[in-house]
Amino acid sequence: MSGYSTEKRDFNHKLDLKSLRPYGDTMNDGRVQLSFTLPVGNCEKSTEAAKETAVKMGLSDIVVASIKPLDEHFTMYILYGTFTGSINYEEIDAPEKEDEAMDMPKTDAYIKEGIGRKIVVVGASTGTDAHTVGIDAIMNMKGYAGHYGLERYEMLDAHNLGAQVPNIDLVRFAVSKKADVLLVSQTVTQKDVHIKNLTQLVEMVEAEGIREKVLLICGGARISNRLAKELGYDAGFGSGKFADDVATYIAKELTYRKDLRRN
Amino acid sequence: MHNKLEIDKKTVASCRKNAGKIAKNIQKYISLHSTVAVERTVCRLFGVDGVDDIEVPYPNIVVDALAEYGILENGAADFFTRAYLHKGISAMETAKLISTYRFDFESLPMFTAREKAPYLAQQAESALAGIRVQKKQRNLFLEKYGDKQGPLLYVIVATGDIREDVTQAVAAANQGADVIAVIRTTGQSLLDYVPYGETHEGFGGTYATQENFKIMRSALDAAGEKLGKYIRLCNYCSGLCMPEIAAMGAVERLDMMLNDALYGILFRNINMKRTLVDQYFSRVINAFAGIIINTGEDNYLTTSDAYKEAHTVLASQFINEQFALLACLPKEQIGLGHAFEISPSLENSFVYELAQAQMIREIFPEAPLKYMPPTKHKTGDIFMANVQDALFNMVTILTGQKIHLLGMPTEAIHTPFMSDRAISLENAGYIFTAMKDLGAEISYKKDGIMSVRANEVLNKADSLIREIAEKGLFPSLGEGVFADIRRGEDEGRGLEGVFVKSKDYQNPFMDEMVSELKEQS
Repeated sequence: MSGYSTEKRDFNHKLDLKSLRPYGDTMNDGRVQLSFTLPVGNCEKSTEAAKETAVKMGLSDIVVASIKPLDEHFTMYILYGTFTGSINYEEIDAPEKEDEAMDMPKTDAYIKEGIGRKIVVVGASTGTDAHTVGIDAIMNMKGYAGHYGLERYEMLDAHNLGAQVPNIDLVRFAVSKKADVLLVSQTVTQKDVHIKNLTQLVEMVEAEGIREKVLLICGGARISNRLAKELGYDAGFGSGKFADDVATYIAKELTYRKDLRRN
Repeated sequence: MHNKLEIDKKTVASCRKNAGKIAKNIQKYISLHSTVAVERTVCRLFGVDGVDDIEVPYPNIVVDALAEYGILENGAADFFTRAYLHKGISAMETAKLISTYRFDFESLPMFTAREKAPYLAQQAESALAGIRVQKKQRNLFLEKYGDKQGPLLYVIVATGDIREDVTQAVAAANQGADVIAVIRTTGQSLLDYVPYGETHEGFGGTYATQENFKIMRSALDAAGEKLGKYIRLCNYCSGLCMPEIAAMGAVERLDMMLNDALYGILFRNINMKRTLVDQYFSRVINAFAGIIINTGEDNYLTTSDAYKEAHTVLASQFINEQFALLACLPKEQIGLGHAFEISPSLENSFVYELAQAQMIREIFPEAPLKYMPPTKHKTGDIFMANVQDALFNMVTILTGQKIHLLGMPTEAIHTPFMSDRAISLENAGYIFTAMKDLGAEISYKKDGIMSVRANEVLNKADSLIREIAEKGLFPSLGEGVFADIRRGEDEGRGLEGVFVKSKDYQNPFMDEMVSELKEQS
């Protein structure tokens, strides 16, 4: 299957941000890799079906690089193809670039100056999610991968309620502690149960009449800032984000809001 | 077993001695107490099963009623025996009367121990016979097909729907999996009852019910017949229903159970007294049924740093081993757990993983060690994840780990696709074949990094175990010795379900299993 392409490349080799395409080994070649499984046994017909699937995704020049029968009735394909469309990069509407994270002492100093008191943060892994990994990574004293957790910050009063916390308990606890920030983690997600659960929390916070008083943040491997905002959160932190990112956001956003009210 | 790492035998002996002290101290507490979960298990072994019209399981109905009438202290076995001697009705009939408020507790007479003994013995014998049949069936399959040498490839299915689980499990078996674990729906460990019947909805897993056990067992037996091998089935004997799940698994011929003495306390905030009493009966049942238990030390490393906290894993393994031995588990059924979770950014991380795995192999030579794959340091980069899993696979084949839970390239993204499992099985298959005898060819440098590391971990475990033995396990757990999690003696879920046994208390199933297991050993 492998080999070197000798075909003539008759496309423009200059980067054009108005017409952005994936990059394989040559500018604008549009080559992409993908893999998927079809619930049919391996035969010529099923390979054809795999190719047609890729065509419907907008690919051309498809190479089926690997065919793996997984079972009598399931076959996995690894394919390469050329993306026939293009993207106007200049018109992309994405959330603004986030600030670079400050380290713990800087964030503490920022809060002391901007807010002048400890910020109360309440966090939990909510709903049926039994995983504490995500919320622990952000909140635990020792943190994760060398980034100290929120509990270690001098100017944060952080409460980690752990896993499988019903949304209503989280909201009640937050009200009782007069929380400034609500932090929810969703680690394992299946059939998009995390979306329903995250939406329910927003509704509860609104029903309690505290939506304007708290900063609502969610996090987890499948969460992006954009998704978070769509769901009605103030911010979302996905994989590759650490406690410093969250703490920096909290410090800056709350200071910004306080200044707004003052003006 | 060679002593490749020059592990100090005196220190190992000291760890075992002190771990034994810890377990024996708690065993005194265990033998004086029972729990609602233990009594519900007794109900099940008396043949009480099913749910009423609002889906409350009959074992719960009975035990709640006994508590209400203040006769739970004598145990469910005593109660059923009295009902039988008084009215000639079976336990199931009794349960149905209770559920419709037609059982007259007030007029239930007392009987002497001599009067009760024959019925108790007969019930015990009939329940144990059912379990013996399944144990024998497993052995027949293993004789017929032969058992696999080398690591058992263990994969997880977790679709939430038992029928979909079957499709995935059969595909995995066809791709070479030896053990199928059906992950439970999140939250089941906190239910103080066992759901009933075939289920199709769960989050992150599938309800453990007796019917689901049966469905998966028969699918794996059929797949195994085609492949000419025995496929093992694993589930979770943890949470608030440890002994009930054990009894169900014993009857439906599960082969492995996640069954840790401390896991529920630490990671599910279940009260320590409740868990320790429950784990004992659950382990006795597993021992009797020939079920291999898997302990959960790997979890310590997902919350704490795997390099710094390696000694807590070892200490916990010593303690888990002693609790298991007290529950009459043969060493060959004690699958002590650990994990490949040292940060890949640490220099020589592989060398330390290898040292830890080799050390555990040598310290627990008979144990079918359960080795868990990297998860914490997987980022969603599936290509890198496949490399991490390759290193993990190498440690297993080099050090003779037995129950090898396959890592998934898509860890941290989603519950595995069928193809993820296939990629992982291919990875392990390649490495296990390519490096089959490499471990036997290798000896490690005297006073080298690995030997020094292993002894350092062992010494720290020794100090920790000694400290726990001096303080006692309950107060030590209150100080957060494991996974940095603190649990108070009277905190956590399920404490209200623990009670002191009366002098007339009876559990004929436990007594009979223990006496038979002691005879065998």
